[in-house]
Parts: sequence; structure tokens; C-alpha cells
Amino acid sequence: MDFGSINPAVLIASLMVAAVPIMLAALGELIVEKSGVLNLGVEGMMIIGAIAGFIVAVNTGSPVIGFIGGAVAGAALSLVFAFLTQFLLTNQVATGLALTLFGLGLSSLAGQGYNGIKPPPTNAVPFGPLADIPFLGRVLFAHDWMVYFSILMVAVTWYVLKSTRLGLIIRAVGENHEAAHSLGYKVTRVRIGCIMFGGAMAGMGGAYISLVRVPQWVDGITSGAGWIALAIVVFASWRPWRVLIGAYLFGGITVLQLNLQAAGSAIPVEYLSMAPYLVTILVLVIMSSGRGKASLNAPASLGQNFHASH
Amino acid sequence: MLRLEKRPTPSQFWQYGTPIVAVLLTMIVGGILFAMLGKDPIAVIRTIFWDPIFGEFAFYLRGQLLVKAGPLILIAIGLALGFRAGIWNIGAEGQYIMGAVIGASVGLAVYPTETRLIYPVMVIAGALGGWLWAMIPAILKTRFNTNEILVSLMLVYVAETILAKAATGFLRNPDGAGFPGSRNFSSYKAASNPELIAGSGLHWGGVAALVTAILVYILLQRHILGFQIKLAGQAPRAARFHGVNPTRLVVFCMGVSGALAGLAGLFEVTGPAGQISIDFNSGYGFTAIIVAFLGRLNPIGIVFAGLLMALTYVGGEMAATNLGLPSAAIQVFQGMLLFFLLGVDVLSNYRIRMFMGAK
Amino acid sequence: MTGEILLDINGISKSYPGVKANEDVSFKIGVGEVHALLGENGAGKSTLVKMIYGLVKPDEGRMTLRGKAFAPTAPSMARELGVAMVFQHFSLFEALNVAENVALGMENPPPMRELAARIRAVSEEYGLPLDPSRMVGDLSAGERQRVEIVRCLLQDPKLLIMDEPTSVLTPQEVEILFRTLRQLSAEGTAILYISHKLEEIRTLCDAATILRRGKVVGTADPKQSTARELAELMVGATLTPPERKAADKGEVVLGVTDLSVDSPIPFGTSLKNVSFTVARGEVLGIAGVAGNGQDELLLALSGELKSAPDKVRLNGHAAGDYGPSERRNAGLVAAPEDRYGHAAAPDMSLVENAFLSGYLRRNLSNKGFIDWPATRAFADEVIATYDVRTPGNHVAARALSGGNLQKFLIGRELDQTPEVIVINQPTWGVDAAAAAAIRQAILNRAAEGAGVVVISQDLDELLEIADMFAVLNEGRLSKPRPVKGLTIDEIGLMMGGAHGMEVAHHAEA
Repeated sequence: MDFGSINPAVLIASLMVAAVPIMLAALGELIVEKSGVLNLGVEGMMIIGAIAGFIVAVNTGSPVIGFIGGAVAGAALSLVFAFLTQFLLTNQVATGLALTLFGLGLSSLAGQGYNGIKPPPTNAVPFGPLADIPFLGRVLFAHDWMVYFSILMVAVTWYVLKSTRLGLIIRAVGENHEAAHSLGYKVTRVRIGCIMFGGAMAGMGGAYISLVRVPQWVDGITSGAGWIALAIVVFASWRPWRVLIGAYLFGGITVLQLNLQAAGSAIPVEYLSMAPYLVTILVLVIMSSGRGKASLNAPASLGQNFHASH
Repeated sequence: MLRLEKRPTPSQFWQYGTPIVAVLLTMIVGGILFAMLGKDPIAVIRTIFWDPIFGEFAFYLRGQLLVKAGPLILIAIGLALGFRAGIWNIGAEGQYIMGAVIGASVGLAVYPTETRLIYPVMVIAGALGGWLWAMIPAILKTRFNTNEILVSLMLVYVAETILAKAATGFLRNPDGAGFPGSRNFSSYKAASNPELIAGSGLHWGGVAALVTAILVYILLQRHILGFQIKLAGQAPRAARFHGVNPTRLVVFCMGVSGALAGLAGLFEVTGPAGQISIDFNSGYGFTAIIVAFLGRLNPIGIVFAGLLMALTYVGGEMAATNLGLPSAAIQVFQGMLLFFLLGVDVLSNYRIRMFMGAK
Repeated sequence: MTGEILLDINGISKSYPGVKANEDVSFKIGVGEVHALLGENGAGKSTLVKMIYGLVKPDEGRMTLRGKAFAPTAPSMARELGVAMVFQHFSLFEALNVAENVALGMENPPPMRELAARIRAVSEEYGLPLDPSRMVGDLSAGERQRVEIVRCLLQDPKLLIMDEPTSVLTPQEVEILFRTLRQLSAEGTAILYISHKLEEIRTLCDAATILRRGKVVGTADPKQSTARELAELMVGATLTPPERKAADKGEVVLGVTDLSVDSPIPFGTSLKNVSFTVARGEVLGIAGVAGNGQDELLLALSGELKSAPDKVRLNGHAAGDYGPSERRNAGLVAAPEDRYGHAAAPDMSLVENAFLSGYLRRNLSNKGFIDWPATRAFADEVIATYDVRTPGNHVAARALSGGNLQKFLIGRELDQTPEVIVINQPTWGVDAAAAAAIRQAILNRAAEGAGVVVISQDLDELLEIADMFAVLNEGRLSKPRPVKGLTIDEIGLMMGGAHGMEVAHHAEA
């Protein structure tokens, strides 16, 4: 095995890129879960965002509009989930699964004719001489704007949840929807807003996969990223900055196993490509076995439907 | 203005009515989708839902129905048990793969021995393979309280890589000129799962599905374990008060659903599929989730739901070849069906009231 | 009390499908008046105050506040107009701190630091000490109520609605609350005080309106009326206290020694060295303010929480490691407090719910297969014996009213020829007639030789039916004492007094 061929600066830089989709999707889901809703349809919303972003970017020639298109498509699909769970009070787990199954089918249908096309490129932000600093330049100043945007969104999510009235209301609704209702807060409305935010973030994350990470359209392109994002929310125990850590950790594993494959590692390719999924399981086990501590942070009304009886 | 009002007691009528309404709504919205794709919606719907049973090629396609329905029913019944208990095994696809891989490995290990014992042993190995794969999330859940949804799903991806390794590596046909894929079971009589009645499409998998449906129906209606499964899903604290051991219930439900998915995989690989190949799995494990809900988590309902879903597969293929309907359109159609089912289900527990004017 | 009218309620009606919650309700509250709203469970008190607070819209009738039309469409609007409310089931968020909880109940809360200072100031002024940075989940029930009250006071309410405020307080804490309320009233804040505890109303309130089945059935000056008069107005019938047949105490059937278990409930209270015995024919009453380990004690006795074998002994046999089924086999039945989801599965039929806990002692299954005809017969027997009003045994448990379901659930346990009975909150939320029937049924079983443990937050209930009396406080059980000769003051001290609040009203006292 030849570790020597792996450049640490490149490795760190590429793990930051690899982490963007799951980081965005996980941040969105974090807000959704903080409001007391469990949306398991992240994978479906991501892949819809991936294809919608791709189509928009290819047709407009603008990746920025593509990302917006991905966000809109993700939010639109999440609206189906919102309608079913918030108005028709359907089971959130089942509805989330339906969203994923439907999203996978719809993306594949919409993506016909888009195979093998190259999307317009998303270039690195020009930092000028900063990018030439050895090591740090490659790691910090050679990325496209979405990498910085995703980090900014971590900060925004953290600030909103911690220090704003909106964040307080979201936490209150997720903690005890009956009490929030009796104080006059619109539980359903708050939750629909959060679900749509989650959809938009997942859609944008998906678009990043098809526009930057791969970059092209392939059926099933997200290959479980949405599920990993769900796992990262648990790993982060509902704290935004830990989402960042979690996403970089998983980004790192993905990039490392790809690099090892390329470097001709002695470990068979199949076992390397299992690594992200096995690590996810391992992390989930570690997080959940630390009894009490992580789960204490979980919103108390998570996954329960609310119906104002009177 | 519409308003939901909780019914004091769930409506009996809508318990049976909702799947029918959902199917009709899906046909209507699906028809609109097909029209948007530039196809004649009526022709497409007739091709999917009518032709396989009554059309020109029905003599062949009817058999195909049982071929597709068998694994769907088998998997869905297992999933339904868990769903009823609030245990969400959504990794049946992985358990299906592992059942096929392990069952096939046992059979191929003794190739070309011909004895009647081989197939039963393979069946047991297949069930065991699925069971083992499901035990991973089950034990992690009971031991460490790890979320079984995410773990079982992650294991699907792991199983897929194992399948790829099997097809290209340890199960590859040594006489296959280096092509991926195992030996074909149709030419290994002792280990194959042939059609039992010519032209019917019925193989051992279909038989197993029907027997399982009846057994699980009795379990749920008459046996205390069935009562406990329902109780644990509806009111977990009441279940503990009753004396349910949550650990045993998780192990039982995950184990049964894993074993049934493994069985489905084994019957498939030794029968209709014929061999282990890279793309052996075709999403039955996920579609079975829709089947379970369409059958209202009731084994008898699942038999009908499985047949209906098989119809969309068989008819969908027909529509693809005859009318050029993209195969992804069928996937969308199936996903839509689940949406409508879940949505319409509100009618069994709530009354919808109309309000006139400002209230 | 200037005689000026603050709130005038005129001809209010509200219906829900199948129920008239309020019908033509009218009364007036003066500025600074402490006005009692009296009525049994289900009399329509909650619906009425929800309309005043803007959570529910009346179908008919009108309200005026200081002479101006008052029709709040949302709690925020009511709060803005000076109406504040302290809920019976607190509208609090356990995982948030006190200041955040207060902020959520205000329209335009100041920045957190300023708010914390104001919380400290107001809570001291009214003798309700609170630490703004503490997590609400870690507070006692009494402290939680203070959070609710302080939240209201910060908004200078003209009318403060209090829904059953004393059900979570020790007698000493009730004293302190009343002082606070009198202080508010003297400052001109009117108080609408909802309760069914007559003695409290007689000591605190200036006027009373009595509701029965949604209608106003009378008004009274509580200071001039006897508790008996008020009770008869409220219930509409003369009540007979349960009859107690003197039974001889037999040998000990339930013995608990040094039992300590961790609470499985988030923010729950662990049990610490709980010891007691119950003999045949004896009723042990366990009092205490909510959240002091009552739920945990029930779980530890029913077998849902296990312990070392010798910690719990049934008929002399070590049973601590028994699960619920094994304990049933050993003769113990239990009735948890929460009817919807713990004692019963709300969406299951009465027949299925009868099977839920009755299957073992009533032999309702055979080799694992359920004998449905026998189970139906058992359900019908309970329905007939305990006068459960239901269209049939097939209806879902959630379709029954609280009182009817409670009769069914208590009956289900009592009709299993139990040797030990454990009940948490036997009559919570149940109307007076049903409550009397339930208490009588419990006493009958005791007279037949069962040992009974009743956990309740209703002191009057315990004093009525118990032989021995003990108190759960922060997970510890006091030494059981005979009920005869106990005074309310002694009981209050056993309950932990005023939880460190004695200093609070020092200046006035």
C-alpha cells in the first residue's frame, strides 16, 4: 500500500468538498427535528434536488440558479410530507420512507435524457495570493462558494436556535407541542416552515452532488447520503457545530477510501466502499450507548403528531 | 374550510375502503402523469392493470404475476409484523440479498452433488442468512438502543457490496469464462426452485408466501404474541404494563422479517433469477414496504396488495415495451400509491367536517 | 374591591360534537375580586376559561372587559388585554430554562439578561423564589407553578386565571400561594380561581359561580356558605361517604424493604430506600405532591421496574425480580395513573383492554391462544358490575369518558380476586359519583382480605379510605403512621413543608 501518494492538504481540501452535501442536508434535518418532526425522506429530497439542480443549471448555464432550483425542488417535495404529516396526521416514519421511494423514482424519470451531460462548472472563489499560501491556501482558500456557504449555514443555524426568538419557538414546539399550543403558538405552521427549510437544504445538498461532486447525472446518484445525513444529526446530538464535525468526519472517510482505492490498496475495493456505511453504524452505536446524555438533547415531541383537539 | 375531527372508534368501513380509494386516486393522478409524458393515459392504465390478466398474452403474464408477487408478499408480511409493533426494519433489501447469497453458497459448495436434502438445507440457510443480517440492527437496538431504521438501511449498502463481491469473486462460475455471476441453478437440479405447475408461475416461494400469510393471520388474530405485537405498536407503556418484554419482541419481529426476506431471496435466486449476479436485487425489499401498507399491515390484505403490486411490475414492463413508457414512471406510480394510502388513511380515524363561512 | 366590573360574561355557549360544554353561562368579576369557578370534572370549567383566554371561540354570547367588547381570537390577544392564565397541566418546557419558559409566555420579552433580573425581582416581591437559569425539568411541581405565576405577573395582568392550582402543592405551599393571591387582589388584580376543593374556596374567594353540566346552577358567597351547601350545588345530589366495614388485619402480604430504583422517566425521581408493609385487609395511603416518585413507585410495584429479589416480597416470597406477569401470578394487580396509554391502549376495544391485564388471573388464554369469548364475558362482567356507561364492549377505550374508563380499568383489576392491589390516583379527573363508587369498591376488596396500596395526591381521599398513611417526598417514603389522630399540619410537614419557602413571606408574617 502506498500512503505516500496521498497529499494531506489535498485530502483535507477534498474532504471539505465531500462533506458539503451531507452537512447541508443534516443541518436542514436538525432544524426539522428540533421542531419535533422526524422526516426520513432526506434521501428522496436530496435526489430530487440533485436532478432539479442539474436540469436548471444545464438549461440556464448558471450553477447558482441550479442550486436555487435544487433548493426549491427539495422544498416542494417536503411540502408533500408536510401536508401529509401535519394536516392528514400520517405516520412520520412511513411518510418519510414514501418520500424517499417517490423521490428516487421521480428523479430517475426526470433525469432521462440528462445522462452523460456535463453541468456548467462551479469555480473556486478567487482569493488571490491567499490561495498560494503553502498547505493552508490549498485547505482553506481554494474552494467554491458552496463550501463556505455550508459553513456559514452552520453558524446561522447555531445562532438562530440559540439566540433568537424564532429559535426559541422552534425548540419550544419540538419540546412540548401541547404547551406551545396553549400559549398560542401555531405548532403546525412552525413545523411546516421547518420542514420546508429542511427540504430546501437537502435539495441544495443534492444539487451539490450532481453539479460539483460527481459532476454529472446518474440514477441513484445520492447513494445513501441522505441516510448518512440523518445519522449525523444523531451523532451531533442536535447541535449545529457537531454537525460540521460529523460531516467532515464522514467526508474524510469517503475521501480516504476513494484515495486508498486509487492508490491500489491491498484491501479489496468492495470492502473499502462499505467503510462509510459501517462507520455510520459504529458511530450510531457509540452515540446511542452513551445512555442518557445524547438522548437528553433529543426534542421530546420528536416524531409525534399534533392535533389540537379543541 | 375543512376540519378533522377524531372518531371515537375507528371506522370499520374505511379500514377496507381506504386501499381502494388510494388505488383509484393513484390511477387518476398517475394517468395525468402518463399524459404529461405524452402517452395515452387510458391505454397505459389498461396495459398495466387489465392486459396482464385478461389481455392477449395473459396466459404467460398471469404466471409472471405470481413470480413477482411471491417475494413481495413474503417480505411484506414480515415487515408488517414489525411495523405493527413499531419496529422499523427497512433493510429487507439487504436481508433478501444475504439470504440469497448464503443460501446459494451452501448449494454451490456441494455442487454437483445431487440429493434431495440439498434444497431444504439451502432454504434453511437462506432464512438463516436473512435472519442473521436482521439480527445486527436488532441486537444493536436492544443492547445499545441504536436506531434500527438507520442501521438496517446502512446494511443494505453493505449487503450490496457483498453481493458484488460474490458475483465477481467467491461465487463466480468457474466455468463462466471470467464473466461475473454464479453458476445457474436451473442446470443444477437438486438446488433449483422450478415452477411447480407449468405456466402458473407458482414456485416454492409462492407456496411459502401463502402459508406464511395464513400462519401470521392466525398469530395476529388469535395468539397472545400477536396481541402483544399490536399492543407494543399502539401503546408501548401499556405493553410494558401487560408484561411484554421489549427486547424479545424486537428480536422476534426483526428475526421473522429478516428470515422471510432471506427466504424470498433464496427462492428468487434458485428460481426466476437463476443465479447470483451483480444486479440480482431489484428493489423488492423496498417495494414490499408499500405492499405492507397497501395491505393495511394485515397478512390477508398483503396477499392482495402483493398481487396488485406485481401487476404494476408486469403491466409496467408491458407498457414499457409496447408503449415506450419509461420504467421509472412505474416507480413513481408506486411511490404515489404509498402517499395516497397514507393520506387517505386519515379517514379511518378522523371525520372530515366542512365548515361554511367564518368559524 | 371597588365594585367596578372588570369582566362581564354574558350568555356564553359552546358545543362540541355530542356535548354541550357550556350553555348560556353568565357572570361578572369585579376589579380585584377573587372569584371562584366551582364545578366537578366535566362541568365545563376548562372550556369556559379557554374562551376567556382566547384558545377557544364561543358559539354564542359575548364578553366585555372594562365595558369594552372582549373577543380574543388568540392567547396573545388576551395577554395583551391583561388576561393571564396558570394552567393545571403546566404549559412549560422541561428542556428549557426558567427564563426561556417565561419569555415564551410573553409578547415582547426583553433581552434574556434583563428578563432574568426582572424574574428575580418579581419572584422576590411576591415570595416565590426562582432561579432564572435553572432547567425547568429539574424543578419540583411547586416550583414549576411559580414559573407559571411569575410569567403571568411580569405582564401586569388585570385578570389572573388559575386552573386547579393547589393540586400540586403541600398544605404549607398552599398557604404561601394564598398569601400571594391576596396580595395581588389587594393591588387590584382580579383572580378567577377554578377548583373543586371547597375549603380552599371558602378561605380564599369573595364570590363563587357554580357550574354543572355546562350551565350556571347557582352563585354563592363562599364565606357565608357551608362546604356541604356548596358541594350539593356542585354535584346536584347528596353524597354518602364510603362505608367502611371493620376488618381484622391479617398477615403481611406485601413487604418492601430498602427499595431503591433509578427512574426510567426523563427528569423523573428515583426511589430511595423505600420500606413499608401492607397486611391483609389494610389500606396504606401514600400521599405526596406530583413528581416525587409516585409513578416510579407504581412501576416498581407492578413489576415494570425490577429490583433485587428480596426488595419486594409477595406473601413472603421474594418477588423483586418478577416482571408484571409473574407478579400477577403471585396475586398482585396494579392500576397506573395514566389511563390513555399506560393502563389502557386507547385505540383498542374494551375487550382487548380487558385481556391486557386480566389474561393471567382470569385464564383468558390457552397455550398462548386467546379465548375471545371468555375475554368478552370478562369485559361484560366488569362493565355490568362497575356501571361503566358504554355502547358496548367493542368500542375503543378512548371513546369512553375519563370517569367511565377509570371505572372499567379499576374494575378490571379488582375483579381478578387479587391479594395485593396497587393503585395510583384512583379517582383523578373522575366525577364525584364515580369517585365514590371506586373508593367503595376498593374498600370492599380490602374487607375481603386484600392488602391495598393507594397512591394519591388527594389528601381528603386518603384520609377517607386509608388505615395507614405515608408520604413520598423526593423519592423517599416517610414511616407509615395510623391515619387516626393525624393533623393536616403534621401531614404538611411530612410532605416536605414548603420546600424551602418558609423564609419567603417572612416580612409579612
